[in-house]
Order: sequence, then structure tokens, then C-alpha cells
Amino acid sequence: MASTEEDGSVEEKENNNKKRTKSAIAVAWLTFYNIAMTAGWLVLAIAMMRFYIQKGTHKGLYKSIARTLKFFQTIALVEVVHCAIGIVRTSVIVTGVQVCSRIFMVWFITNSIKQIQNEESVILFLAVWTFTEITRYSFYTFNLLNHLPYFIKWARYNMFIIMYPLGVAGELLTIYTALPYVRKTGMLSVRLPNKYNVSFDYYYFLVIVMLSYIPLFPQLYFHMLRQRRKVLLGEIIVEKDE
Amino acid sequence: MDTLALEAKATGQEKKSSAPRPRPKPPKKAKRIVYFEVEIVDAKTKEKLLLLDKVEPTSTILDIKALFHKSNPQWYPARQSLRLDPKGKGLKDEDVLQTLPVGTTASFYFFDLGAQIAWGTVFLSECYGPLLIYLMFYFRLPFIYAPKYDFSSSKHWVVHLACMCHSFHYVKRILETLFIHRISHGTMPLRNIFKNCSYYWCFAAWMAYYINHPLYTPPYYGQQQVKTAVIIFLFCQVGNFSINITLRNLKCPGSKVKKIPHPTKNPFTWIFALVSCPNYTYELGSWMGFTVMTQCLPVAFFTIVGFVLMTVWARGKHRNYRKEFRDYPTLRSPILPFIL
Repeated sequence: MASTEEDGSVEEKENNNKKRTKSAIAVAWLTFYNIAMTAGWLVLAIAMMRFYIQKGTHKGLYKSIARTLKFFQTIALVEVVHCAIGIVRTSVIVTGVQVCSRIFMVWFITNSIKQIQNEESVILFLAVWTFTEITRYSFYTFNLLNHLPYFIKWARYNMFIIMYPLGVAGELLTIYTALPYVRKTGMLSVRLPNKYNVSFDYYYFLVIVMLSYIPLFPQLYFHMLRQRRKVLLGEIIVEKDE
Repeated sequence: MDTLALEAKATGQEKKSSAPRPRPKPPKKAKRIVYFEVEIVDAKTKEKLLLLDKVEPTSTILDIKALFHKSNPQWYPARQSLRLDPKGKGLKDEDVLQTLPVGTTASFYFFDLGAQIAWGTVFLSECYGPLLIYLMFYFRLPFIYAPKYDFSSSKHWVVHLACMCHSFHYVKRILETLFIHRISHGTMPLRNIFKNCSYYWCFAAWMAYYINHPLYTPPYYGQQQVKTAVIIFLFCQVGNFSINITLRNLKCPGSKVKKIPHPTKNPFTWIFALVSCPNYTYELGSWMGFTVMTQCLPVAFFTIVGFVLMTVWARGKHRNYRKEFRDYPTLRSPILPFIL
């Protein structure tokens, strides 16, 4: 994993030790970040529930929380940087794929294709995301403060078992519903002939994205399952060397 | 007689020495050969896999690998990595047992490198693929473009030129793989053939699709642009070839001695003064020429991705050169003079 001395945060890496001695700045920043994100997603959750209780319908719900959602989901890009500079011990690629798929859904599907914003599948994945993110960020926060309540650890490593598939279902259904509108408007597509001799069909791109869930989702799911076995059940897993 | 036969085998000479030279008495050491004991342990599970006793001190790692292969036929020597330290580097095949920092009981950690495949096979498949795939698009075989264009020919001469350049490039690479390249490692992991072939074949198909498309738009600056680009392309192809010849001439067949490449009388090799891996520099130049010639975004993409990969390889090689040779010229950069 790449680790450079950036932003003046010098790390003492003990190569034979699993736990790295992080600098105080890194810990302070991460704590702040995770608290902020927990708060953000809590705000989203409460806004969604308030809307539904007040209006009794989910139509218009997305529009009311769109800005907050876009803000907090986009900020999550910073987590890739955390992995890259080594203050968080996760693979850059795994985090990158997860964050990118979220950004893609928010900006390139629900934000761009207005007609599908009132679909139930959108509410489904939004609810899943909100629940998952609140659990995840509060887990990180308490972990950093060395005061992790067992129920949060339990939630983080068990709820994903149903949340993950539900979330994927919501996302896939949303993309599928969006397809006809993409076809009709020809959005984000380039056709031949043009002077750069290239073409891009957003419709087929979305189809490929949907198909790519088939190999990618199990990998992420089993990654979480392995983490669960390691953390909750204390199993030592011999990693397959590349 | 036996010692004579062994000596003849070792020097690779025919046994036709006329007058039997008076053999000096065998050195006293031969009477007191200290045989080594070799233990091979699995690097991950630490389980003892094999114990060999009475191993000649002059046997090489390759000999030990051969012996290990006999008892474990599924692990042929090419896929064995024997190490002194489980986290260390694999020992070289030609390392001799008695020169290693081990006592008379040597313990090696075994690491399975996975199924291996000859580098020649990989190189040839990754070159034949694009050659044939491009031609399929060039000749507009059925099911690629609309049926009315099947087997038709493009009306732009730059498309024909591009086909010639692309094909020339891969034919040159195939010939170089067969006759010129000398690679130190005999094999590479099997999954490399899938990785490499997907990369080359998919990109070739993607580029060929647009260049040979019936709706292809020729370059904006017309003849001037194409002519300049072709000259750059050919210049870099000749350059790349010169570098490959120079690198081949550095290594004598069978010798594993590494040498620093230097500029020769051939002007195309003068770039060695500034760059460690000019073969990659020229390769980049060729593809840049091809991009300008075809004015096709997928080609530009391929050039950029290739540039990133080659820079990573060049920097690795540059680092190895500097580690290996104390007096390595400091003016040289890995791939781009003074820049990268």
C-alpha cells in the first residue's frame, strides 16, 4: 500500500506490527471527519423520515434531500485519499470502487435523469445507504476514540448481510428504470461521424455497468464476510498470496 | 575415466582429445567432500516438504529444484521459488549451494509461483492477436459494421496507410520476439497470458473499429498531418529496432552477466546517453505518430495507457540498473530525457 509523507503528517510504520502508530494529527482529522459524516447522514435520515411522515408519500422526497445527499456522498472521495496516504488501512481499490459506484449513482443516474427520482427503488437504496453509512461512520468514530460499543460493531459486521443485497437491488432497479429515458434523450452520448473518430453510447454503457455488478458485487460482499469472520469470530484467515 | 568424461561434459567439448593429458592427482579436497543436507520447507505453512541428504556442495539451485520436482512432480522447476528467508527474494537458478550463507544443513523456503508459461508464448499471442484482429476490421468482415459495408474498402488512403503501419508494427514485434529478444526469465505466471492478451486484443479491436469504420473522418490537417505522422512513426520504429538489436548484442548467448547499454555508431542509439530504456521511448513515439496519423481518440487512449505502463517498467529497470552498477551514468532518465 502506498504511503508517502504528505501534508506534513509523518508516520512511524512498524512493519512487523499490525497496528500503526498514527500521528495525532491523523487521528484528530479522522475523528473529526467521521463525526461529521455520521452527523451528515443522520441529518439525511431524519430529513427523509420527516418528509415521509409529513407528506405521507415518497414523491418529491429525493428532491428535498438531493443537495445534502450530493454534498455528503461526494465528500466521501476523501476516503480514497485516506487509504492512499496510509492513515486508513484499507485497499485503495476497494474503497475507490465503492465510492465511485456511489458517486456514479448520485451524479450520473439520479441527478441527471429527473424522471426516475420518484421511483421506489431510489428510496430503497437511499434508505439502505443512510443506515449503512450511519453505522459505518459511527463505528469508525468510536473505534478511533477506543470506546466501541458492542452493538455498533455487531451492526456494522452483520447488517450488511441483508443491507448490501438490498442496496444493490435498489441501484440496479433504478438504473434499469432509467434506461428508456437515456435511450430517448441520447444523453451523454457521442455518435459517429465526428472529428475524433470515437463514439460513446450511454445506454450500452449503463447496460455494461449493470452487468459488471455480477462479478464485482460478490467480491465486495465476500470481502465484507471475510472481515466479519476476522473481527467478530476472531478467525485467522491465511491470505492467498498474489 | 569417469572424471575425464565429467570434465568433457562440463566444458561442452567433444571427447576427442587426442593424447590423454597426464591427469594431475585429484585435489585432496575431493577425498573430503562435505556433503550438504538440504531441507525444503513450505514458506506459508512451515511444513517440511523434503529432506535431501548427500547433496553435492557444487550443485546449483536448479539441481535442487530438479530433485524437488522428482519427489513432487506437480511443481516443475520453473514454478518453484526457493528462498533463504520466507519474505525474501527467490534464489537464482545458477547460485551454487556452497556459496550461499548456509551451514552444511541448508534450509530453503519453498514458494509456489503458480502455473508458468514460456515468455515467448505470451509475447507471440499478444502480438498475433492485434495483427489479425485489425485486419478483420480492415477487410470489414461481416457482423462488424452494417451489412452493406461488408468486404468494402475505405475510400480514405490514410486508412490503408494506418493498416500498413499497424501491421508492420506487430510483424516487427513478432520477428523480434522470435529472433532478437533475449529475456532472462524463461517463464512468467500463466495468468499473464490472459491479462496481456485481453489488454492488447481489446485495445486493438477498439482502435481498429473506429479507424476502419465507414464513417471514419480523416485527419483535420489532411495530407500534411498524415505525412508528418508517418515519418515520426517510421523513425521511431527504426529507433526501437536499433535499440533491440543493441540490447541483444550486449548479452552473449547463455551468459547471465548484466551490462550497461551504451550509444553505438548507430545514431538511433545515441539516445542511450539520456535515457535508460529508449526502446520504450521509441515505442511511445511510434504510437504518438499513429495517433496523429489517424486522429482517433481510442488510439490516443491506448497511447496514454501504454505510456503509463511503460513508464512504470522503465523506472523499475532504471532503479535496477542503478542498484546493480555503481558507476551508472547519472545523466540518464528512465524513459523521457530529463523529465521522467
